[in-house]
Amino acid sequence: MALFQIAEPGEAPAPHQHKLAVGIDLGTTNSLVATVRSGSAAVLPDERGRNLLPSVVHYAADGQVTVGHRAQARQTEDPRNTIVSVKRFMGRGVKDLPDSAATPYRFVDAPGMLKLKTVAGEKSPVEVSADILRTLKQRAEASLGGELIGAVITVPAYFDDAQRQATKDAATLAGLNVLRLLNEPTAAAVAYGLDNGAEGIYVVYDLGGGTFDVSILKLSRGVFEVLATSGDSALGGDDFDQRIYCWIVEQAGLSLLGDHDTRLLLTRAREAKETLSEHDSTRITAKLQAGTVIDLELNVETFEAITHTLVQKTINPVRKALRDARLGVQDVKGVVMVGGATRMPHVRRAVGEFFACEPLTNLDPDKVVALGAAMQANALAGNKSEDEWLLLDVIPLSLGLETMGGLAEKVIPRNSTIPTARAQDFTTYKDGQTAMAIHVVQGERELVADCRSLARFELRGIPPMAAGAARIRVTFQVDADGLLAVSAREQSTGIEASIAVKPSYGLADEEIARMLQDSMAHASEDMQARSLAEARVEGEGLATATELALLADGALLNEAEHAAVATAIQALREAIAGADAVLIRDRTEALNHATTEFAGRRMDAAVKRGLTGQKLSALG
Amino acid sequence: MAFDFSLDHFALFALPRRFALDKGGLEAAYRDLQVLYHPDRAAALADADKRLAMQAATRVNEAFQVLKSPLGRARYLLQLAGVDTQEETNTSMPVDFLMQQMAWREQVAETRAAGDVSALEALAQTLQGETRQLELALADCLDVQKDHAGGALLVRKLRFLEKLEQEIGDAIEVLLD
Repeated sequence: MALFQIAEPGEAPAPHQHKLAVGIDLGTTNSLVATVRSGSAAVLPDERGRNLLPSVVHYAADGQVTVGHRAQARQTEDPRNTIVSVKRFMGRGVKDLPDSAATPYRFVDAPGMLKLKTVAGEKSPVEVSADILRTLKQRAEASLGGELIGAVITVPAYFDDAQRQATKDAATLAGLNVLRLLNEPTAAAVAYGLDNGAEGIYVVYDLGGGTFDVSILKLSRGVFEVLATSGDSALGGDDFDQRIYCWIVEQAGLSLLGDHDTRLLLTRAREAKETLSEHDSTRITAKLQAGTVIDLELNVETFEAITHTLVQKTINPVRKALRDARLGVQDVKGVVMVGGATRMPHVRRAVGEFFACEPLTNLDPDKVVALGAAMQANALAGNKSEDEWLLLDVIPLSLGLETMGGLAEKVIPRNSTIPTARAQDFTTYKDGQTAMAIHVVQGERELVADCRSLARFELRGIPPMAAGAARIRVTFQVDADGLLAVSAREQSTGIEASIAVKPSYGLADEEIARMLQDSMAHASEDMQARSLAEARVEGEGLATATELALLADGALLNEAEHAAVATAIQALREAIAGADAVLIRDRTEALNHATTEFAGRRMDAAVKRGLTGQKLSALG
Repeated sequence: MAFDFSLDHFALFALPRRFALDKGGLEAAYRDLQVLYHPDRAAALADADKRLAMQAATRVNEAFQVLKSPLGRARYLLQLAGVDTQEETNTSMPVDFLMQQMAWREQVAETRAAGDVSALEALAQTLQGETRQLELALADCLDVQKDHAGGALLVRKLRFLEKLEQEIGDAIEVLLD
């Protein structure tokens, strides 16, 4: 195709079309969808004008799924079947949860990732998240009046591979084409930086409902370079609610609360926390199922005292990130506050004291991540915008392999800029050893048992050699989404094994495929329809370009050659008239093939005619 | 967009093949290449182009990583000259250097046991000073004297210091957690 474009400088390129793409902030407590329209990013509200979609999903016995505010309204009456804060369970097993006793859910421990037992059956966190994403997708398509070509989904920067993969799977399950997984603080930096023309070292402090991230970025001439990131993927506003809840239980002398009462008091705790961001004290009242009436007064001093350790817990990751970036607080030009939990005055105060400067709170901490994601989605979709920028992000946690003695050997250190790849050679330790187990882990600890297991696979068929003679090269490739693929190759024989890291967290590919089929019968139709539409556009483009080329330079071909090309065009047009995407692609390919020689001659002719103003790189 | 995978790291950034480095020039060249080849630029293209972009950007990142670090740069220069730095095999070191290493190691163990983060940070500062001295020596050795064997010894010394600094960093992290 490129060849046809060089010869006719007068030909106009295809008219520019705005592609519908969105940014989605899939939050622990709330989720949002945003898009760029006429040059500026905006959050898309629901039909009642509400921007935030509570990340709550209710499953009913009859299979009905409710998402958002209506689901939230049910959480007290039906806590077991109303899933809140599902993000905390993404890519996690039951043993990973510090507070599983404090939730009303019945967990099923599947290998790698837990499931939740509901009246509508067992639900994986991936399925629950997909239900939230599907709601946002529908909201966006209704509001934009067309099908989305793709979405940028944000994830906490500190999410490990299993959590990222789970998020991407949820999006696939919801029928979204994932343009990129984007780290939340990086998304916020884009929204902030582009709005304010910021240059220099900036820190993004992102305390959300259930996750904490800190990223240190260097902003320079439109390049957003993440220097280091750190955080805690199980620390957020939820934990502050939990502390207030514990305080209520203690103050009121309660014991053994049922699911209903627990959920009710947690809701009251969250309301109290929000009130205390604006007022010095708040009244907490509730009537428990047994008739007990709670009526307590909580003041700011007490609230700050009982949550002081949580705030301090966020400072260590900040220190770590600064150390990794080899920077001190004096190098930092500004601290951008993101996430609803940064509304709490004592959080702002602690951050301000640490950096000895006033944190930047002039943007809506709920929206900024979604807005940044929307801007990136717009750019990735290929829509032109006035600003040009580039994001250079990093992996948050080191990737490694298990070696002898259960030790983890780091292959890619944390805070490496992505995409990145690293190869490491290993050898056999026994004479005649023909297989080698490869165990991929993520984390900073020395012992494999303390790191997260990402995948295990086996390289078989190593020719029997003396111990130490085989050379097995294991290659890690981390893509721009921060997702890992691992391959292993025995160097002398070329025997190869490779996997995209995924199965360890429990959802095997077949399982994803099953879920896709089960819940998305219509989505697969959508995908087929899209595939057909794309094939038609591509085929039609080539047919037209070829016809124009024949008109202009038909003389370069003899009669038989001319006829062959014309036949190929006709065959393609017939396929386009039908509905078989594969056939269209085959015939497009055939026409491409049939015109290779023609294209070559046209290029020669063009060069002879002296059309030398073209870039040579455009020819390839 | 064609990407030449056969270029060495210096040629990739159009920098002279030597130890002394214009850091700003490297960073600017790195950014310019990422602007051209980063996968985000290929997100709307065909799968083959996306793959190519990932490989090109991976390569650019790797080259940047190597050249940015003085140790990595020295090791790479020697490798280009066909010299093995023998970091894993050659453990013979001048006695005074080894004595100093042992003294530092003991100091790390002691301050770690005492839980003294600021003492560890002070020690890291001292090491950074030493590291800088070795880097100056490397510039002279590689760029001026063209002494490869001397360069390899300095690389091995730097490696010692790097490991020690890493240990201090790990100790600080454990204490902060």
